[in-house]
Amino acid sequence: MLLEVSSLNAYYGDFQALFDVSLHAGKGEAVAIIGANGAGKSTLLNAISGNVKTRGAIQFNGEALAGLKPWNIVTRGVTLVPEGRRLFSSLSVEENLLMGAYARKGTDWTLTLVYELFPKLKERARQQVTQLSGGEQQMVAIGRALMSNPSLLMCDELSLGLAPVIVQDIYATLAKVRERGVTLIVVEQNVQQAMKFADRVYCFQEGHVTLEGEAAKLTADQVSAAYFGKRGAA
Amino acid sequence: MKAFLDSILSGVLLGSLYGLFASGLSLVFGVMRLVNVAHGDFIVLAAFLALAFLHITGIASPFLMLVILIPLMFVLGYLLQRGVLNPALGPDILRPVLITFGLSVIVQNGLQQAFSADSQKLQGGRIETASIPLPDGLAIGTFPLLTLVVAVALIGLLQWILYRTKLGRALRATSDDLSTAGLMGVNTPHLFGIAAGLAMVTVAVAGVFTGIRASFDASAGPAWLIFAFEAVIIGGLGSLWGTLAGGIILGIAQAIGAYLSPAWQMLAGHVVFLIALMFFPRGLFPRRSE
Ligand SMILES: Nc1ncnc2c1ncn2[C@@H]1O[C@H](COP(=O)(O)OP(=O)(O)OP(=O)(O)O)[C@@H](O)[C@H]1O
Ligand SMILES: [Mg+2]
Repeated sequence: MLLEVSSLNAYYGDFQALFDVSLHAGKGEAVAIIGANGAGKSTLLNAISGNVKTRGAIQFNGEALAGLKPWNIVTRGVTLVPEGRRLFSSLSVEENLLMGAYARKGTDWTLTLVYELFPKLKERARQQVTQLSGGEQQMVAIGRALMSNPSLLMCDELSLGLAPVIVQDIYATLAKVRERGVTLIVVEQNVQQAMKFADRVYCFQEGHVTLEGEAAKLTADQVSAAYFGKRGAA
Repeated sequence: MKAFLDSILSGVLLGSLYGLFASGLSLVFGVMRLVNVAHGDFIVLAAFLALAFLHITGIASPFLMLVILIPLMFVLGYLLQRGVLNPALGPDILRPVLITFGLSVIVQNGLQQAFSADSQKLQGGRIETASIPLPDGLAIGTFPLLTLVVAVALIGLLQWILYRTKLGRALRATSDDLSTAGLMGVNTPHLFGIAAGLAMVTVAVAGVFTGIRASFDASAGPAWLIFAFEAVIIGGLGSLWGTLAGGIILGIAQAIGAYLSPAWQMLAGHVVFLIALMFFPRGLFPRRSE
């Protein structure tokens, strides 16, 4: 198992956002996490990246991640494309991409490869990221994360605020990333999109995992019960 | 007319010293949004350290003391940042300000204990009285000119680091978004230490040049902080060339004030600062993205 999260509890001060969450991702797998607003999806990804206080175990490649700082976790091959993209607004497109390579190990990804994946970004390399469209900004965010040579890439709500055609494009690109052996965890509000893309799906509700299964085998009723239903009834 | 031109010229040169004072303050604010109230006191500390090293080594030139002072102040800046200031940074912006205020008091009292409250001066040697003649009977002091050259070179170096190196890219990225920089592999507490160290390099240089230019005592820091602060605000937050320009504008304003009446020198500087703040609240050369 590449990533193994067991009985993870996460806290913001006194507020508990995750309750005994267990989840795993095998090498080369694509895993989707779905759930309503506030269910704790981002909290899970932020906890794995080292940005939220947790109790419980996070094993990656056989090594414990809990307690490590974000900058140490990324060098172990776990990279987050954060919710809302969070680009460096005063940096150019290329500088943003290079920031992904700041502390990386290995040379799997290069600027050339990222520009092959997102040809539009090459033309805009010198521009400030604030001048880009939402879709292009999302490409920069993904490209920047790839530049860190992740073996696990976690994407938080890539489709947020983007037109459906652009979302299609971005997921098509992610499929190519997957072909290069990168394991993926995507958090996605768009359930259809998530089911189509992923091998396995987890549904979160109020900080609990309410459903887990292979995307192809889950029925619409099961998903809707886990997504909206009263917890425990699913 | 000649006297007026002379004072403008000396204002420019004095202003470059203010720009030097202010560059470290500007850098630290730009990267970590920290206002270091002890900045002026650290400049005084550097001047006193130069004095002490001159005494200990028996070397005559205060400029040579920079060889020890620059690395020493860098390390001091790094350690203070990691040990004292980083833990105080957070959503509450008052806390780090109060801590630097405490540092200011400690440095002033410490210097008074160690060196007494008497005023001191660094002896720069012949260069202090040398001057270069210009047409029309004007002359330019060699030492003030050297100050300008050093200020431009140092700010140019910082600017080069910020915009042409991997370290600088990380500093700008961290300034944009601290937690995302961490996600990309930047050890941000360490980076803040480096930024504080670089600021202390400017402090070391400023200390030696100020100490040669005029006498100083243990309590001179706050006045120097005001000049640095005014230069940063006039120039625009987070822009180093802007900071140098702000310092020079301040220097010219003081020189014109002094030309009209010696009593008006400081007042004229403060008035120009207030006017700039009223009409250009973001400074004359604000950073483009902010
Ligand atoms: N920084 C924070 N401080 C305090 N509470 C937080 C913080 N971030 C999130 N929360 C709370 O934790 C819970 C889970 O939030 P989280 O952002 O993980 O949800 P999400 O599933 O990602 O939702 P969305 O789909 O809206 O992004 C919510 O109740 C939220 O209000
Ligand atoms: Mg979220």
